[in-house]
Amino acid sequence: MTGYLIRRVGQALLVLWGAYTVTYFILYLLPGDTLSIMLSASGMEADGLSPADLAKARAYYGLDKGLIAQYFDLLGRALHGDLGQSLSLNRPVVELLAERLPQTLSLAGLAILLSLVGGVGLAYLTAYVQWRPLKVALTRVPSFGFSIPVFWMGLLLIQVFAFGLGWFPATGSKGFESLVLPAITLAIPSAAVYAQVLQRGFQNVWQEPYIQTAFAKGLSRAQVQARHGLRNAALPILTLVGLQVGNTVSGAVLVETIFSRNGVGRLAQEAVLRQDIPVVLAIVAVSATAFVVINLIVDLLYPWLDPRITHSPKVA
Amino acid sequence: MATDIPSFSSAAPVTWRRRSRIRRVLDAWTPLLRKPGFSLALFVVLFALTAALVPHWLSGFDPYATTPREKLLGPSTLHWFGTDELGRDLYTRVIYGSSLSVQAALLAVGIALSGGLGLGVLAGFAGGRLDAVIMRIIDVKLALPGLLLALAIVTAIGFGTVPVAIAVGVGIVPGFARTTRAEVLRIKTLPYVEAARLGGASWRRTLLRHVLPNAWSPVAVLATLDFGAAILATAGLSFLGFGAAPPVAEWGTLIANGRHFLVTAPWVSLLPGAFVVAVVFSLNHIARTFEEHQR
Repeated sequence: MTGYLIRRVGQALLVLWGAYTVTYFILYLLPGDTLSIMLSASGMEADGLSPADLAKARAYYGLDKGLIAQYFDLLGRALHGDLGQSLSLNRPVVELLAERLPQTLSLAGLAILLSLVGGVGLAYLTAYVQWRPLKVALTRVPSFGFSIPVFWMGLLLIQVFAFGLGWFPATGSKGFESLVLPAITLAIPSAAVYAQVLQRGFQNVWQEPYIQTAFAKGLSRAQVQARHGLRNAALPILTLVGLQVGNTVSGAVLVETIFSRNGVGRLAQEAVLRQDIPVVLAIVAVSATAFVVINLIVDLLYPWLDPRITHSPKVA
Repeated sequence: MATDIPSFSSAAPVTWRRRSRIRRVLDAWTPLLRKPGFSLALFVVLFALTAALVPHWLSGFDPYATTPREKLLGPSTLHWFGTDELGRDLYTRVIYGSSLSVQAALLAVGIALSGGLGLGVLAGFAGGRLDAVIMRIIDVKLALPGLLLALAIVTAIGFGTVPVAIAVGVGIVPGFARTTRAEVLRIKTLPYVEAARLGGASWRRTLLRHVLPNAWSPVAVLATLDFGAAILATAGLSFLGFGAAPPVAEWGTLIANGRHFLVTAPWVSLLPGAFVVAVVFSLNHIARTFEEHQR
């Protein structure tokens, strides 16, 4: 177990380092003059500067060093918790993130919770319903769920529940009420994924012998489904929750932009619009960290939830 | 493929003849077309493709002609989707917008297909160290949330439809690479590959004639699914303001534009969005039907 833990953590760190590196090279290596992008991000025109000034600016942004030297410089500083300075806002990136992160975390947390409730609930209902047409209709709902653009769903919810019914505020980031619509919007695609996987899971579990045994010992359909069906069908969901973190982060960018919430997602959108490279790099790095950490936790939780899975070989 | 099993009839021993290409295509498609859902989905997708290729067949209006007097009209028999804030016919703009959106999605899927197929075949065929390295790189790519990776690429190479399509395409490469690799690994061990090798076929010929055609179907399903996903992703990016610049119509920008009139004229963003939903849902439905049909 300890050996597995060490290997798994090492692998996670390696993936994280890889993610940082890939993003760095995308941002600094791709065509496009990094210096002029950075200058225009801080509100200056590269054309209006003399060669001496340009050289000075290059040194200021650390662009005079080689690509590799810059990379190790940035990586070293990132490891010490310094993610650089925002070009357009002139503030440390860490400070910006610390300010925006709570908003996004509460949004993502509520969205993950809602998506689990919605997805599992829908699949559970699909498995329980026996009237054929309704069952077929319910199995089609998930694929509808991830055909809907997140931003369009957000606009639809605003139109209906904010402007039409007036139940929730349309935009803003104050209080729990403003959190409801964005969280629902963000939850829908993930819920659709959970529901689809769980529906298939139920289909397979239903043919297992232990289900027959459960029926044979006199349990009702509801009892069989709750005690024997769900627990066995729901295991893959855990892996999916880990994998969906990426989608939730992606969705948060759109959702926060639509609902004008001051979270990290909106920060990302603004940073890209202003081509604020350090901020973009930091946000990508932070979300990759979230992805890797959550998946690590999921992997470590597995043997605890399903004792059949062990990481140490039993037979010597 | 293996589906061409000769059918022995009770009549005189007729020598079996390979069905003609048209016959085989027809045989494969007829049961699918009998399903109303599939036909409808196919119709919607074909409609979108027609709109992308020859938009003037589907609408008589000019997508850029402004009529200030007729601004923000609701949907009617004349203006099917209503009009926008400059009095332009929205249905026409959606139809003309198909061209950029569909092209972007095709470019994205094309990049993902060529990149993913290449990496997947390389990893699956070469095996060993190369396989391990490629799979690790793909693990790293999976850790980067799709939209954020696309945002990083867009930051570096600039805004517009083509950069957005490239960014989205790069993001969906890993999925293709994994699927292709899994298929290649499965097929590599099958007897007919061995037979081809024993028959003296080179690795290149084996790959092109025997492995790829049989690995193709799950990849095609994934391509159909990802075509829908690419439409959503490019629309999302252009919704955020990184796509085509204003007067040009594009699905994402159309929806984004209508956002400002949500209170007074909800149809300006909701109807183009509904069209996108219909197209993407149809693509998903087609992919799913193919998948079920194969099993």
